[in-house]
Amino acid sequence: MSVNSFRGQPDAAGHFGDFGGVYVAETLIPTLLVLNEAWQKEKHSPAFNDELQRLLRLYVGRPSPLYPAERFSRALHERGASTEVRVWFKRDELNHTGAHKINNVLGQVLLARQMGKERIIAETGAGQHGVATATVCARFGLPCLVYMGEKDMQRQEPNVFRMRLLGAEVIPVTSGSRSLKDAMNEALRDWVARPEETFYVIGSVAGPRPYPEMVRHLQCVIGEEVRDQLAEQEGKDVLPDLLVACIGGGSNAIGLFHPFLDEPSVRMVGVEAAGAGLATGMHAAALAAGERGVLHGAKSYYIQDADGQIEEAHSISAGLDYPGIGPEHAWLKEQGRVQYDSATDAEVLQAFQLCARTEGILPALEPSHALAWLLREARSLDTPRRVVVNLCGRGDKDIFAVARHLSDSGSDTESDTGSDSGSDAKPDAESNAGLGTKSGAGLGTKSGAGLGTKSGAGLGTKSGAGLGTKSGAGLGTGLGAESSG
Amino acid sequence: MASATRLESCFVRLRESRRTGLIAFMTAGYPDAETSALLLDALVEGGADIVELGMPFSDPMADGVSIQAASVAALRSGMTLAQTLSIAEAFRARHAEVPLVLMGYYNPIYHFGAEAFAIRAAEAGVDGLIVVDLPPEEEGELRLHTDKRGLHWVRLLTPTSSEARLAKLLHGASGFLYYVAVRGITGTQRADEQELAQRLAWLGGQTQVPLAVGFGLRTAEDLAALRGKASAAVVGSALIERVAAASERGLQGAALATDLVHAVRELRQGLDG
Ligand SMILES: Cc1ncc(COP(=O)(O)O)c(C=O)c1O
Repeated sequence: MSVNSFRGQPDAAGHFGDFGGVYVAETLIPTLLVLNEAWQKEKHSPAFNDELQRLLRLYVGRPSPLYPAERFSRALHERGASTEVRVWFKRDELNHTGAHKINNVLGQVLLARQMGKERIIAETGAGQHGVATATVCARFGLPCLVYMGEKDMQRQEPNVFRMRLLGAEVIPVTSGSRSLKDAMNEALRDWVARPEETFYVIGSVAGPRPYPEMVRHLQCVIGEEVRDQLAEQEGKDVLPDLLVACIGGGSNAIGLFHPFLDEPSVRMVGVEAAGAGLATGMHAAALAAGERGVLHGAKSYYIQDADGQIEEAHSISAGLDYPGIGPEHAWLKEQGRVQYDSATDAEVLQAFQLCARTEGILPALEPSHALAWLLREARSLDTPRRVVVNLCGRGDKDIFAVARHLSDSGSDTESDTGSDSGSDAKPDAESNAGLGTKSGAGLGTKSGAGLGTKSGAGLGTKSGAGLGTKSGAGLGTGLGAESSG
Repeated sequence: MASATRLESCFVRLRESRRTGLIAFMTAGYPDAETSALLLDALVEGGADIVELGMPFSDPMADGVSIQAASVAALRSGMTLAQTLSIAEAFRARHAEVPLVLMGYYNPIYHFGAEAFAIRAAEAGVDGLIVVDLPPEEEGELRLHTDKRGLHWVRLLTPTSSEARLAKLLHGASGFLYYVAVRGITGTQRADEQELAQRLAWLGGQTQVPLAVGFGLRTAEDLAALRGKASAAVVGSALIERVAAASERGLQGAALATDLVHAVRELRQGLDG
């Protein structure tokens, strides 16, 4: 069968080709049918859309800028990309709550209100979706329960604190691998038990019908803005040549890609988390190294063992740490329309630092995967002149993880990080102020300032104050009040 | 018409003797493969009419903590779908007439291969399947193979299904229908007796397929309330918890099985009065 549009999925049954669907227990079907009906009606309702647009503008801060990242582009040229290549960042990290997640949450919570639901539940991995949901629930005075794997609560402690400050209840999930997939199981169990009063806000383009389509619809604002903004900056009808986005469940990527899927000149790359490397088995790359399967209501690709048991995902970025991928991506891969690749934790740390130092932007570790792919593939970038990267989250939440990884690995700082001197710069750690292990500033493990793990200052991991990862104070002791740095 | 299947004959016998059947659940490979076989025998010895064998899965979305824990323990002891089918096959060799229904989630089956699974399950002497996350919308790709091999396809009915939905579920049901008595997952709350009785009476008027009630049934008393109102009652979490508690006390192997026989017998008495 020939496909004449890539934008016509899913079918009425929620299938993207062979993927997607409603693979859930019958106990959940009545609830999903009601949700689907409400969504199909609301998404075309002027009242719903007016309110969504108004809040996206005034509360979230949309449109987010499309920013020409000139110094980052230059770093690509130094790595062998054609000097014609120019990179723009779609700055969804500037949204309220610091990621693209709120685009989706706002729409779903408006729908929940329309449906008369009194109780909102969500799952979260990194905590970004949980924070966005807690935020919007606070805005509307709705009680909010967030299921979060016990393990994720430990590694994303600041977001746990944030959610609680916003009035949400964070429920530790102790089953299975105690991470995102188990949080989703638990949220589904909650929903089945109290379907009438509860609305389940899923955080990515995963789950049963209508979620993959609903979340996509709500995230497409990203790509639609890019289209207008690029035309504004570059001339009428000018299209990007290449779109790059990271993939956890795939919501920020589909939000950027979908409006362009039927533009044959636009190439698209989704970057999964390769963790410690695909060959190690410690990764979160469901398309690259998983197999077809069924979980959380959808047929897609999942990381699983020889017996079809779902395995735990691994990534430096908690937000990509999901052993599956949204069904539409599985379909787009099968169609050959979107290219999927991956980036390792080590590559991501490099990209994170380079972005910080060339553009003055701390990207989240998730979009750092997209940046890392560009840096690695720089040499092959000749024809795509206009490149748009979805900078879908800010890195504030990740500074501790980054500091810890940099200190664990001694110096993982690339020799030419942040230098404009070209890709043949001498591997001289001393020359790199700020990020080297022997330097005196910034993230250095032996530094006495800022984020150093041995420093006594505010955010140091061994300090007794505030947000330190080893502090037992549950984040409540005054956010750096004891700073002695 | 083909001769009656083991499940059909079982329900005919139950109807003729005016008894409500007991469907007893155990997770395959719980607490380990060897003990698991003893526990299945204990279910039969205690008076279960039908045995429901859980296929362990890493992400049992519709199950409560007890069955989740059994699933985890079974997987940890090395259980696989292939071994679950071997456990079923060995059970069939020991019990020629007791109907055996497999219950689980689709991913391990899909991974095994829908057709290969149907072939192996039929060979092993399995009578029916409950695949929790394959509602009628998605059941086709597996059912295509299992129908051909005479395996019953057991569907779940819920208290929140609309009449239109129930009509869809009743059409094409086989073996028995599994009425989920509570809103929620296995092993949580207790069912509302009156609502349940009304619902069962109404459903009984809509279909010839036997109705089994499950989820939230724990004690002989719970079962007594169903006497004569349903064709069968399913008990799962309470039996798993009984085994877990006995293991905690240090019971193993045959002693664990004997303890389970007593538990099943009590339930059986609840149903028989
Ligand atoms: C900043 C950011 N980017 C990306 C993701 C991954 O989700 P998705 O692939 O749905 O965009 C997350 C998830 O937490 C996130 O916080």
